[in-house]
Amino acid sequence: MQSKTVAVVGAAETTEMGTIPDASETYLIADAALNAFEDAGLTAKEIDGVASSSDSPVAIAHYLGITPTWVDGTQVGGCSFMLHVRHAAAAINEGLCTTVLITHGQSGRSGIGRSGRGGAPSSLAGQFEAPYGGVGPTTAFTIPVLRYMKAFGLTHEELAMVAVIQREWASRNPRASFRDPITVADVLESRMIAYPFHLLECCLVTDGGGALILTSAERARDFPTRPVYLLGTGESSESPMISQMTDFTTSRAFRVSGEKAFGEAGITTEDVDHLMVYDAFAHLPIYGLEDLGFVGRGEAGKFIWERNTAPGGKLPVNTNGGGLSYMHSGQYGMYALQESVRQMRGIAPAQVPGAKISVCHGVGGMFAASGTVIFSNEAP
Amino acid sequence: MASAKPQKPVPFPTPETQHFWDGTKAGELRLQRCDTCEHVYFPPRPFCRECGSRSVSVFEASGHATLYSYVINHRPARGFDGLYAVAVVELEEGPRMMTNIVDSPQTPEALVLDMPLEVVFEPVSDEISLPLFRPAGT
Repeated sequence: MQSKTVAVVGAAETTEMGTIPDASETYLIADAALNAFEDAGLTAKEIDGVASSSDSPVAIAHYLGITPTWVDGTQVGGCSFMLHVRHAAAAINEGLCTTVLITHGQSGRSGIGRSGRGGAPSSLAGQFEAPYGGVGPTTAFTIPVLRYMKAFGLTHEELAMVAVIQREWASRNPRASFRDPITVADVLESRMIAYPFHLLECCLVTDGGGALILTSAERARDFPTRPVYLLGTGESSESPMISQMTDFTTSRAFRVSGEKAFGEAGITTEDVDHLMVYDAFAHLPIYGLEDLGFVGRGEAGKFIWERNTAPGGKLPVNTNGGGLSYMHSGQYGMYALQESVRQMRGIAPAQVPGAKISVCHGVGGMFAASGTVIFSNEAP
Repeated sequence: MASAKPQKPVPFPTPETQHFWDGTKAGELRLQRCDTCEHVYFPPRPFCRECGSRSVSVFEASGHATLYSYVINHRPARGFDGLYAVAVVELEEGPRMMTNIVDSPQTPEALVLDMPLEVVFEPVSDEISLPLFRPAGT
């Protein structure tokens, strides 16, 4: 047999076919999956890759109880599943995951609980979160932090310090939206958005974009810029609903994604010269530092307060100013990646001298998904 | 015609969640338990995430909970006036759910994590009553 051969070991359709007025779209997707598990003699716990098109793979993984290290939500129409098969084969061959579920269901005739990717009133989030007055990220992303503060004694001043230090980095960056230095008092006196979060602890809302081009490391030497190599990557997801996050003091998606990336890169946190942690709100770098293993549980607030992540500190973090001060167009991950690449090329406005390894860690949704990329300017 | 005040988003049940909303309308908070591994869970689904069993039962929860975490929203929201907490409570049986806290000032001083709460039901339409929580014994 050729190396890199991938096989189908389970296949099944929904229990019923035709007109199914007693099942929502999400359940049809799950029903097909449960039947495929039975066909393969597997349970959800043995699945580590999920692909779906009409509904988000994050929602499907959570609904079925899967902890993925690979998700594919490619949605290009009716042939999405052929693309999922191809992407799954590449992912299995690359070791991103071992056992992939590709699942689909649609209530095309009955129109029951059409899932889609928004917050329809029939979706789980539409039924069990939307009625309680959430107004988006400012009331969802932020909900876990009071529990974290009680568990670990994080103070309001320490939370504010995250924004203060990121503004210090932004002041070195001519492209940053906000560059004037701020103090902890400035942060705590800024307008309350959603207690305990003040305006300056919330990301900006700006316009912009970014793009990356990747090719083989072998070919990279023929290009005009200094190559920036991938050492390792990770991904995972947890819950599409913040209320169903397993533990409000730590993100499972962060931990799984980070562990996978560091394992693939064969490095430890000691080897890292530069870190980007997607900061939609001031608590994100705190969760990121802990869940990626840079500090112990409950230690990140003090670590930041003591200026370890500030200019001149031992672990420069969010050196472009981050979502809090640089920019945030809605999906900030691209700008975190751009800053890691600049640091590895040695051309960042606030360049970390001699940096050789940069970790770039992103979040999707409200702690719903996570992705980690580890870069180096030295070929692995 | 007087313009109607904007209403809270109203849940639309699916076949898998109908028992929950039938319950709140009848004044009951209903959870599910796996017949195979006894895992208790929320939100509703017709199978157990822990062991994959499709054999699950609906039961009435105690309605007792504690305050797990929250934020106090300061921005305008459809169907809400003034400041209010968007909260997550931990039910006595284990699962957590998002909700609002009623019969209490919406302040950090009044809303203390782990305070005991009890469920109440607020009708928002002919079909739907929302499970809300108030300080226990009020």
